[in-house]
Amino acid sequence: MRKARPLSALLQLAAVVVALALTTAVLVVTKAPPFQAYKNIVLGAVGSWDEISNVLVSWVPLLLVTAGLILTFTVGLWNIGIEGQIILGAIFTTWALRLLQSSGMHPAFIITASILAGMVGGALWAVLAGALKAFGGVNEIFGGLGLNFVATALNLWLIFGPWKRPGVASMSGTMPFPRALWLPTLTAQSRLSPSALIIAIVAILVVYFLIRGTYFGLRLKAVGRNANAAYLLGVPTWQYMMASFALCGVFAGLAGAIQVTSVYNRLIPAISSGYGYMGLMVAMIVNYQAALAAPVALFFAALNVGSIQLPIVLKLDSSLAGVLQGSLVLLVILGQGVRQRFFGKERPS
Amino acid sequence: MSPDLLLVGLAGVLTAASPVLFGVIGETISERAGVINLSMNGTILLTAMGGFAIALATGNVALGFLGGMLIGGLVALVVAFASITLRQSQVAVGFVLALLCRDLSYFLGNPIMGSAGPRLGILPIPFLRDVPVLGVLFFRQDVMTYISFLLIALAWLFIFRTRPGLMLRGIGERPAAAYVRGADVNRLRYLYTVVGGAIAGLAGPIYSLSVKAGWKGTITGLDGIGWIVLAITIFGGWNPFRAAFGAYLFSLLQWLGIVLQPALPGVPSQVLQVAPFPLMILTLLLVNIGNAEWVERTLARLPGPARRAIARTLRALNATPPSAMGTPFEKE
Repeated sequence: MRKARPLSALLQLAAVVVALALTTAVLVVTKAPPFQAYKNIVLGAVGSWDEISNVLVSWVPLLLVTAGLILTFTVGLWNIGIEGQIILGAIFTTWALRLLQSSGMHPAFIITASILAGMVGGALWAVLAGALKAFGGVNEIFGGLGLNFVATALNLWLIFGPWKRPGVASMSGTMPFPRALWLPTLTAQSRLSPSALIIAIVAILVVYFLIRGTYFGLRLKAVGRNANAAYLLGVPTWQYMMASFALCGVFAGLAGAIQVTSVYNRLIPAISSGYGYMGLMVAMIVNYQAALAAPVALFFAALNVGSIQLPIVLKLDSSLAGVLQGSLVLLVILGQGVRQRFFGKERPS
Repeated sequence: MSPDLLLVGLAGVLTAASPVLFGVIGETISERAGVINLSMNGTILLTAMGGFAIALATGNVALGFLGGMLIGGLVALVVAFASITLRQSQVAVGFVLALLCRDLSYFLGNPIMGSAGPRLGILPIPFLRDVPVLGVLFFRQDVMTYISFLLIALAWLFIFRTRPGLMLRGIGERPAAAYVRGADVNRLRYLYTVVGGAIAGLAGPIYSLSVKAGWKGTITGLDGIGWIVLAITIFGGWNPFRAAFGAYLFSLLQWLGIVLQPALPGVPSQVLQVAPFPLMILTLLLVNIGNAEWVERTLARLPGPARRAIARTLRALNATPPSAMGTPFEKE
């Protein structure tokens, strides 16, 4: 182990270098100036307080879904349906807000109730994917993917149908909620809500301690390592799988709820913004360990926010951030494989 | 709708299904060998963009298709290398590639977005094209659609009626037994993963050079097709004919969504376009539920005739994946 540490650090460094080299090659191929592109991304992410606050706004949902996904990965399942779970969270939150907004109740109560509704919505959608897996034999990857499409359709139908803006329905989403029903933000212009930030940090800490220090976490790990052995030792396997799915759905629903209550203040078609898939990448790159999730998620969020300016300033597509993130994750996986295959007999966990 | 229009519409369903077919048959071959190539969504987008870019630069449609095969094969090679040589999770590598290739296609395709490029022409077959009904349906298509018809039969013959096909099934079902019989399991897995990827790599150019000609970035409307391809592969039970049925069914449902649009003014078009997806889950459920233990237990309690009827239906629908799919092979 002592020998493996510097090697694994070296391989991770190599992964970063090669990923940067690949991305630079992609930039050169499209005849774009690499240095300026990177400079733009960095400035776009940390150039001003506004941008730093935008990075944190993007960090919150990413960290929440990553926290949830670490639970499903621990139990050995691929919760690709996470995108749909975010969407359902947003839908349930919007639904609750619509029901309660003219009830005359205290705004703080309405917001809290709506966020709770979002958590329930995410959990329900996750449990559906889990049930398809546990009782229907439908692989969670394909069940989850299908449910993502259904969630997207449901969302669009609501925005263009029953919940459309008075007058004309549009891709810009439903009618914004009154200001009183927004989660309080740092300043009037900012979209950064301190309470959302606290929720996300608490979430990743909860997951960290749940897995590190509880009997529940130990059993989750047992099921993930070897479901048959765990079952024979008396761990109720499918119940643990369902529990991890439900919890992951709660976190995803929370992310959707925060998008509605503090970022967009309404339901929009792209409410999940791909955070679910990005969370899967973050979870993979940290090898499903909660400890490193927060900084890596922050880095990914910074890349995303930083690349927003690319189309305007350099006429480049903002998907450059995805190229860099994707090649980074790919190379980390390959590096892991090289280490396990050619240096020592460490088993993948 | 007039009968003529209906025929033309159905002929369009066959054309629109051909890229899906190439994807599904490619994936079926790869999975039969034991390797899940989950990158399909990225592969289709990247080959669509790449194939179009090559055809645009060279003015040669055929080179666009070849480029697609090359890109598809290369992406599959990464999956094979990571999963066979490095023994990493096939699902993880495939998923990352699905996202990476998608973003690559959007980034690299940005300069050629919206360009008018060459496209594949219709190639009516003399005499046959004038046969009533069938002529319009089958013989006034483009060359890739004809190849897609042939591909179904050829893939089936190869998998189920040839010796190499037997080996292919062997390395996916019982790799240890195939190894004892003299098969170089990992080399064959490499081969079939790359071949499967190359076949699937034709799906993208078929879109960008024919079915949805051009490259329009995120609004090209191809994002998601790759995931459907993976679902249809399961629905098809790793059998080319059943897979073809799935691909045509999907294409038909999408067409119905468009045709029925005027009749359902309250439903936004985006909803009808995704209508096949819930159906896909339902079919996946039907295809898989026969494997669940509780179904067997419930069935045992039913009266005889009902039990037999349900069991027969479930068995007909059932599809069991190649048993070594997703697992690495190591000689002891």
